[in-house]
Amino acid sequence: MDWINATIQGTLLGGLYALFAAGLSLIFGIMRLVNIAHGDLIVLSAYLALTVTMAIGVHPFLALVFVVPAMAVLGYALQRTVLNRTMGDDLLPPLLVTFGFSVIIQNALQIGYTADPQKLKAGAIETASLSIGPITVGVLPLLVFIAAIVVIGALQWMFYKTALGRAFRATSDLQDIAQLMGLNRAHVFGLAMGLSLAVTALAGVFLGIRTSFDPAAGGSRLIFGFEAVIIGGLGNIWGTLAGGVILGVAQTLGAKLNPGFQVLAGHIVFLLILAVRPRGLFPRMD
Amino acid sequence: MNNHEVSRTTRLSTAAMIVLAGILIVMAAAPWWAGRADLRLFGEIFLYLSLASLWNLLAGYAGLVSVGQQAYVGFGGYVLFALTMLAGISPLAALPIVMVLGGLIAVPVAALLFRLRGAYFAIGTWVMAEVFRLSAAQITVMGGGSGTSLPASIVKSMADGRSAREALAYWLALGVAVLVLGTVYLFLRSRQGVALMALRDNELAAKSLGIDIWRSKFVVYVVTGALTTLVGALIFMQKLRISPDAAFSTNDWTAFVIFIVVIGGIGTVEGPIIGTLVYFALRETLADLGSVYLIALGAVAILIMLKAPRGLWGLIRGTRGIELFPLSRRVRATTNKDT
Repeated sequence: MDWINATIQGTLLGGLYALFAAGLSLIFGIMRLVNIAHGDLIVLSAYLALTVTMAIGVHPFLALVFVVPAMAVLGYALQRTVLNRTMGDDLLPPLLVTFGFSVIIQNALQIGYTADPQKLKAGAIETASLSIGPITVGVLPLLVFIAAIVVIGALQWMFYKTALGRAFRATSDLQDIAQLMGLNRAHVFGLAMGLSLAVTALAGVFLGIRTSFDPAAGGSRLIFGFEAVIIGGLGNIWGTLAGGVILGVAQTLGAKLNPGFQVLAGHIVFLLILAVRPRGLFPRMD
Repeated sequence: MNNHEVSRTTRLSTAAMIVLAGILIVMAAAPWWAGRADLRLFGEIFLYLSLASLWNLLAGYAGLVSVGQQAYVGFGGYVLFALTMLAGISPLAALPIVMVLGGLIAVPVAALLFRLRGAYFAIGTWVMAEVFRLSAAQITVMGGGSGTSLPASIVKSMADGRSAREALAYWLALGVAVLVLGTVYLFLRSRQGVALMALRDNELAAKSLGIDIWRSKFVVYVVTGALTTLVGALIFMQKLRISPDAAFSTNDWTAFVIFIVVIGGIGTVEGPIIGTLVYFALRETLADLGSVYLIALGAVAILIMLKAPRGLWGLIRGTRGIELFPLSRRVRATTNKDT
């Protein structure tokens, strides 16, 4: 029974990882950009939410009304002013520039908020739980999992059913032709990064409510998101959810064996899948 | 009648080699003229120069952007401590073993990570470094998560007295810097090196000339892994203490190294040398600022990547393509009077 319980907790944790991964997957799919600062931007969102809740005393969920648009604007601005100038065949500039941002964000947070761990206080929902037969499920993890499904469903719908999604797909397929057809590539990329950071903001707030965070917490968030993307298979956003779940389950089962194995077990499952299925479990893209 | 000769050396490069040899002799004598603190600083400079040159070979020449070289630095430190403490091998004798083990472990790591392309390879190397760090924290004989110190008896066995020991550590650091720079330089001048630069400039063209991309990159990755492991062993031989967080630190062994190479000029032999000097000059004057210093370093690296992607050496070099370490061949006209 313990093992079933751990598996369920791991599945729900996977929802959070899928949220980490969704923003990463989105910008890679559209502009082949891997954002090394992604994890630090998740943590930055959590700190933004912390500041908002402290300043005006609202619930972290309400802080989303501010944090999500703020991160989206930041993403658009970052892409238009800096990242667009690094886009090209050479993968070194975007990689090193986002790496520079990662170090800057981490240290700026350290100056602004000290290295002490912080947490977003969400009140009763943090400890509320539902009992289904012998199994108890936390309301918050369940909520995060449902949010992950909703976000991924919405991204999928946006991608295939809206004009914006068509612009994204066109730019992703053939940048130059999309430009000829009247799409402003720089603007489309800006929108993609804005959307990516909007999802990131949501992930950051959920992270902050579920666990404590500190300025250096970004690196592992990036890694978890990345592992979910690779396990699920590049270009398959539902695969990313599956990847997140596999990673979450591996971690909770690992932690059951030995608390020191939690993160290690996730990495090992990732490396095993990379060895056996280099293109991930459900690949869609080359 | 005009004849032509093709050569690599230029008058400038010959002069640079002579100056370099002079500097080397002066630096080798440092234990006799430098104070204790300076000697330590010089040693650290040589170790960072080695790490930067190795990362540059990997990222700047082989296109393998790794953010996980701390895996090898930490592995080197841990293997050195294990060989001396558990197997009773003397630290000096352990060094070549450490290097070989570093190369051996790089083989399966490369086989696995080479499945990831481009930027995903970069994050994959980071995952691998995390696996190394978390595994090291599980080894109880090495102190688990809190680490361990090199026992005094082993430290004393290295040389008689503290100053002799410090001189030895310094010469080892100098020696490894010469070894690394020499290896990088000779490698780049070799057939393999030319293949690598061809790959970097145009992968498709290089491939159609019969260059085995996978094999070329694999060789570079393994050689770099072995040498980085050796540098790691020397770093922790100097520190005398090791812990998973210090040994596999992303900031210390990757972030700084990347900044050094980017600021100096990626994809040139001279770049990491200039970058290391600039980095230490900045550090010695601004390090008290802590986080602000790191933010400034990150901002400078971003600016350089955007405005002058070839770094400081690229700016110095300009369009004339001067090289202190001659890699490219030049055609020169020579007048032959006999005919």
